[in-house]
Amino acid sequence: MLTRRTFLQSSAAAVLATSASRACADTPGVTDAEIKIGQTMPYSGPASAYGVIGRAETAYFKMINEQGGVNGRKINLISLDDGYSPPKTVEQARRLVEQEQVAFLFNTLGTPSNAAIRPYCNDNKIPQLFVATGAAMFSDPKHFPWTMGWQPNYQTEAKIFAQHILSTKPDAKIAALYQNDAFGKDYLIGLKEGLGDHAGMIIKEATYETSEPTVDSQVVTLQASGADVFLIAATPKFAAQAIRKAFDIGWTPERYMTDVSQSIASVMKPAGPEKSKGVITAVYGKDPTDARWKNDPGYKEYAAFVAKYMSAKDLIDANVVYGFGLGATMVQVLKQCGNDLSRENVMRQAANLKDLELPMLLPGIKINTSPEDYSPIRQEALASFNGASWEQFGELYMG
Amino acid sequence: MARADELARFATLAVFAAGLAFPFLASGYHIYQGAQTLIYAIALLGLNLLTGFNGQISLGHGAFFAIGAYGTAVLATKAGLPYWAAIPLASVVCFVAGFLFGFPALRFGGLYLALATFALAVATPQILAFKGFEGWTGGFQGVILTKPKPPFGLPLTGDQWLYLVCFFSAALLYWAARNLAKGRVGRALVAIRDHPIAAETMGVNAALYKTSCFGVSALYAGVAGGLSAIAVGFVSPESFGLALSLSFLVGVVIGGLASLGGVIFGALFIEFVPNIADQLTMSFGESAKALPGAIYGVLLILAMAAAPTGAAGALRMISKRAAGALGFR
Repeated sequence: MLTRRTFLQSSAAAVLATSASRACADTPGVTDAEIKIGQTMPYSGPASAYGVIGRAETAYFKMINEQGGVNGRKINLISLDDGYSPPKTVEQARRLVEQEQVAFLFNTLGTPSNAAIRPYCNDNKIPQLFVATGAAMFSDPKHFPWTMGWQPNYQTEAKIFAQHILSTKPDAKIAALYQNDAFGKDYLIGLKEGLGDHAGMIIKEATYETSEPTVDSQVVTLQASGADVFLIAATPKFAAQAIRKAFDIGWTPERYMTDVSQSIASVMKPAGPEKSKGVITAVYGKDPTDARWKNDPGYKEYAAFVAKYMSAKDLIDANVVYGFGLGATMVQVLKQCGNDLSRENVMRQAANLKDLELPMLLPGIKINTSPEDYSPIRQEALASFNGASWEQFGELYMG
Repeated sequence: MARADELARFATLAVFAAGLAFPFLASGYHIYQGAQTLIYAIALLGLNLLTGFNGQISLGHGAFFAIGAYGTAVLATKAGLPYWAAIPLASVVCFVAGFLFGFPALRFGGLYLALATFALAVATPQILAFKGFEGWTGGFQGVILTKPKPPFGLPLTGDQWLYLVCFFSAALLYWAARNLAKGRVGRALVAIRDHPIAAETMGVNAALYKTSCFGVSALYAGVAGGLSAIAVGFVSPESFGLALSLSFLVGVVIGGLASLGGVIFGALFIEFVPNIADQLTMSFGESAKALPGAIYGVLLILAMAAAPTGAAGALRMISKRAAGALGFR
């Protein structure tokens, strides 16, 4: 279908074509037949479970290439192992840029890894696009105009919880449990920002270290404060403990839990389906295990991709859904670039996504970026646990 | 015998000259890898003094490396010291830490010491992220350092300068370790390793030697850590995990125990073999993408099978055979 927009884009591309051949020659990794991009992934080491994201993205670009590529160019993703070690990430990023001559970096994974290469990317004006971390520090266009996140960051999510609390329980007394690191602190910052003038509603905070065996004593302290809302910004093991302990001591607040810990198998079941009933979390993607999406065109597109380019066991892996979404976003940016694949234009187009909807994002969630806004996904819906699965409710929130 | 000594001197000079010429011939990325290799070599020198010469196994040298790196980062960013002052200061801290750790280590022998140092390696990342130190260490956020620029308007790139700093540090520390190992101290260390009771009977103060050796070894690791902090420009708890400590031990064994020249091979192994493993996964197709660790393991076994006494031992054997073939003795 030829819409007015695609017509305008293609005619604009035609106009640009003459000047673009010069731009191509200037940008490393770009030829008439190919665009070479790079990433680091923890294929080995403590975070190797995330390596499947790199596999999914490689597979996604293979699919795009078999369909003819983008504007006639094939996408060549070079995905290198960094073992989740920041010194190695720096080395591999330099190899990608200086040896492999990639046009830019795409979805490099990990908060410390991305923090380590951010100065290099920004000093050398190399786009560090859609980094795979929820830390809010990577959406800071003023100081780091070459670095951009993708998923809703922890602050965004906490702000959404704050909105829901304000609208449903305006006189709530909030107790917050958070991990003592960048993730937990981002969460608390977001919550306070979201509550705005009502930040005083947070009557008690407690932190834990990942080295602690349990968070039982923190939960008891929080209960004693008399709070009726319990925010859990904890990683899976501790989130499960917090839910269980609160229930066991007869504390029944409204519970909000970070999406980091929404795995049913590793959090909700260990906590106990009865005890975790009613917990609220935030979601932005379609859950591939949810029967509700069975006939959804977006899900079907995803399932067809997995069936052809990955293996059957990958279908229900949330990381594959994630890689699928990243690949689609990247393709959209390249489409918008037309024939001008200079680093400046790639960054300009990444910061110029307008109402982009993706097959596996919840209906209504739109990706929007601008030169001042480097947080592509800012909307999420709430879901509550019914003892067996997450049930989405209410409208979309914007954090 | 004189001939073998001459040969060794010639080889040392050749390696020195090649190392010095390298940054003027290679690209920025390769120079960075070269600097990383030298940094590992420094840490391996220290560990080899401890494990190779003195027979004390340490699975925790990543911890001293981390103290050196964080010490340098904190001194440079919080106290505003230049890196050339921060690194030596941080290394002295490492010496003290190593010396003190050497005391309880006296009570452990062999595998028990390995376990005690292992605990050090496991604890390090969490201690670095500990809340109480967060004002200095930045907790999980880590610390970002600015990379040093060449002084006095020298016509060098930042990478070349960093490499040369690492190169001359490594050369100096190699020279020091060699002198230490060749003389009375070295003989005492080896005697304690091979026969502690006989050594004590001969009047060697085993406790003092062992703790000092631990301290010096930690100092080497600290210099390496400090250089790593300025070369990478970033420190965070994830940079100093258990894998780092284990890779040091791998490097020492691959290079050859009690061989100071061998550390360069050990360092090359640590730096490049994980990259080679990652490259090899690509040739096995998409499904192997998750297996660089397994391929690394296979390469490690192959290396040990090919050179059971490390690279230094293999070289010794080759040169002996070559000398035999040529009629030298």
